[in-house]
Amino acid sequence: MSAAAATTLTHLELLEAESIHILREVASEFERPVMLYSIGKDSTVMLRLAQKAFYPAPIPFPLLHIDTGFKFREMIDFRDKMAASVGAELLVWRNEPAIAAGTNPIALDTKRCCGLLKTQALLDGLNHYGFNAAFGGARRDEEKSRAKERIYSFRDKAGQWDPKNQRPELWNLYNSRIHPGESIRVFPLSNWTEMDVWQYIYQENIPIVDLYYAKERPMYVRGETLLPIEQSFVARLGEKPQMVKSRLRSLGCSPCTGAIRSDADTLPKIIAELMGFKESERANRVIDHDQEGSMELKKREGYF
Amino acid sequence: MATLAPNTFSIEAYLAEDSSRDLLRFSTAGSVDDGKSTLIGRLLYDTKSVYEDNLKSIEGKGTTAPGVLDLALLTDGLRAEREQGITIDVAYRYFSTERRKFIIADTPGHEQYTRNMATGASTASLAIVLVDARKGVLIQSRRHACITALLGVPHVLVAINKMDLVGYDEGVFEAIRRDFTAFFDELGELKPANIYFVPVSALTGDNVVHSTLAMPWYHGPSLLQLLESVPAADARADAPFRLAVQRVLRPNLDFRGFAGQIAAGTIRPGDAIMALPSRRTSKVKSIVTFDGELQQAYAPQSVTLTLEDEIDVSRGDILVSPESASVVTTNLTASLVWMDQNPLELNRRYLLKHTSRTVHAQVKSVGYRLDIATLEHQPASTLTLNGIGVVEIESVQPLAVDRYASSRITGSFVLIDPVTNATAAAGMIRDAVPVATGLRSASGPVSLEERANRWRHSGAYVELSGPVAFADDVERALFVRGAAVLRPDTASAETMAAMSAAGALVLTHTVAETQSVTVAGHHAAIASVDELIKFLEVHDILIGDSIH
Repeated sequence: MSAAAATTLTHLELLEAESIHILREVASEFERPVMLYSIGKDSTVMLRLAQKAFYPAPIPFPLLHIDTGFKFREMIDFRDKMAASVGAELLVWRNEPAIAAGTNPIALDTKRCCGLLKTQALLDGLNHYGFNAAFGGARRDEEKSRAKERIYSFRDKAGQWDPKNQRPELWNLYNSRIHPGESIRVFPLSNWTEMDVWQYIYQENIPIVDLYYAKERPMYVRGETLLPIEQSFVARLGEKPQMVKSRLRSLGCSPCTGAIRSDADTLPKIIAELMGFKESERANRVIDHDQEGSMELKKREGYF
Repeated sequence: MATLAPNTFSIEAYLAEDSSRDLLRFSTAGSVDDGKSTLIGRLLYDTKSVYEDNLKSIEGKGTTAPGVLDLALLTDGLRAEREQGITIDVAYRYFSTERRKFIIADTPGHEQYTRNMATGASTASLAIVLVDARKGVLIQSRRHACITALLGVPHVLVAINKMDLVGYDEGVFEAIRRDFTAFFDELGELKPANIYFVPVSALTGDNVVHSTLAMPWYHGPSLLQLLESVPAADARADAPFRLAVQRVLRPNLDFRGFAGQIAAGTIRPGDAIMALPSRRTSKVKSIVTFDGELQQAYAPQSVTLTLEDEIDVSRGDILVSPESASVVTTNLTASLVWMDQNPLELNRRYLLKHTSRTVHAQVKSVGYRLDIATLEHQPASTLTLNGIGVVEIESVQPLAVDRYASSRITGSFVLIDPVTNATAAAGMIRDAVPVATGLRSASGPVSLEERANRWRHSGAYVELSGPVAFADDVERALFVRGAAVLRPDTASAETMAAMSAAGALVLTHTVAETQSVTVAGHHAAIASVDELIKFLEVHDILIGDSIH
């Protein structure tokens, strides 16, 4: 390595330094920050970055999981284990009235189901605890409307996003001023790509939920689409699950998360598979395909 | 590793190689019809960075001929844009090649979104300025080039687009190059260090990723080849050390670490540092990270420093190399890009955020307004949305600054409207008047630390809102605690700054229905006097428990 190379950061080192800067800014400027922990790979990377940002002090804010009641059991176990291992306080919020009323994506449509179990639960949870800054693991490369989201995403009193009226963000200066009742969502991983996240997990040896790794799992097979059997009500009349070597590319609610056929049972194999991938990671999530621009509509209403 | 299949063996080699790639941030700017979105779509498409489902979603849409993909649709994200057919915001895009990773800030071309262009350019190492070959250097292109230069982007790449529509004519390319070179020369000291001209067609792909046979007269690199070869980051590791303290980490009584991102330079254990604005000095004891202690760290790493001495350092202070310190000032000259619907009001109180420090500041005068198309200096008394000018600013509390030309991080700031909370302006420091060294307390018979130890607080300016009774209770409680608390009936900003700089706790009060407090840019609703005390402790103004 040349002398010059020794003082040039790699892309992952740069992204890490930027994310840590953001985490420290928010924790220092907001009275009531919280980290939304969704258990997925992005959230798990964000949690590691939070450990790094405040080391050797503990993470100075709690974790909040919005539980729809449809999360895979492996996810819930992993969540509890991770929170304990990093020594962070874990809060769980569920829209209990909607869950008790039997809300599910078959009875309603996915849009209304998400609206109640995710968006409404999130807004209620943030309100309940009085959080005014919430970290999320969203990345700009995930979806077109996310590409324009600021790192500090300002939300009005109803938790809604106005894409036409965003604050300019220059250099690394973030405007943290809000009026009472307003809040921000913060995305420390804004500039990370899916590949960066996997590379970082590999490089840092970060544990992730087993569901990301391929193994023989029972699935309802509908052409190219594999549906996990966790929620039996997704089954059609007479439909029988088959054992398929498969994995999840992104973790959502079990009724709406399709699996993919895969032999990738190690991290390098997952990354190799990703490099050959032709479909973006959200292609297997049913929710984004409801209608053109559906993510933007959800976000305007308060979805992450 | 013996159990891995052959294809995973190669992936590990790839991962090792990939982890050493660097990152280039670049911005794009162009007029509405210059084909900026098409160019980015082309870069993504030709570097195979687009997923099939995304391609599928744009098939048969857009304004291109049947069967030809409208690549602009890959980047035009928001519904409003699809409806209006223009790009209204900054969109960030990511792609990579075997050489490096890229972050694109795709910024709007329309004049009314000049501020978004400045936003995109603020973090860019390179800017692509697009010119329509049929139209030549328009006012719009000059505006873009000027903002790019003003924001200190070190590499500017002028992409002369739509060459296919002018018959790939060398004469057209050369004429535009001549015109643009003359314009850059007029920029004087702002002229970018490196300027490149590349003839391209985003629609056909000529010279974007791949070199083309259509223009045999052009012997230079393609646009992507240039992007892959310019230095990725500002060379800041050899600059004087700068680190703005974001947070003091105190996990236990034995550890006190100063967390921040290195803005410039390199640091090693044993190096002398000076804390600004206090000018106290110490030595670095250790560089602490989650991954172990480091023997050296450099910009832009995020680290935590511990010091040999227990000097008073808090959020908003800057740690610098003592032999080449920043200027401590309350009076500075800066270029401003006005970003708010409400025009600049002279002598009105704004919040100025510089690194991790937020202070009150006023714009005292506008030197001139810059016409960014003609580069004329026009007399002006205010700046309106998207206006650019040079102004004199006075801050209530001192700042430790550098000139923007030498440091984009410690030389920049934003102004925030304290009523609407809007980000009103972006500022680039051109010059600063040093304050007389050693506020009397620093080197006088009684030090600030001694005062703080006696009074159990540092100097601060505390703005209260709420009923009069609330302010009375707060003043009484602080006084009973032993604080040097003052609540002047009338006082100028200068007087209050001087009193708080000398160690006093200065209170002001505005009558309002709801109770709140603002200190050093922190604002919070306050339910009780106890909560206010706690707030002041959390922000390191009050020290520990009350003395009796």
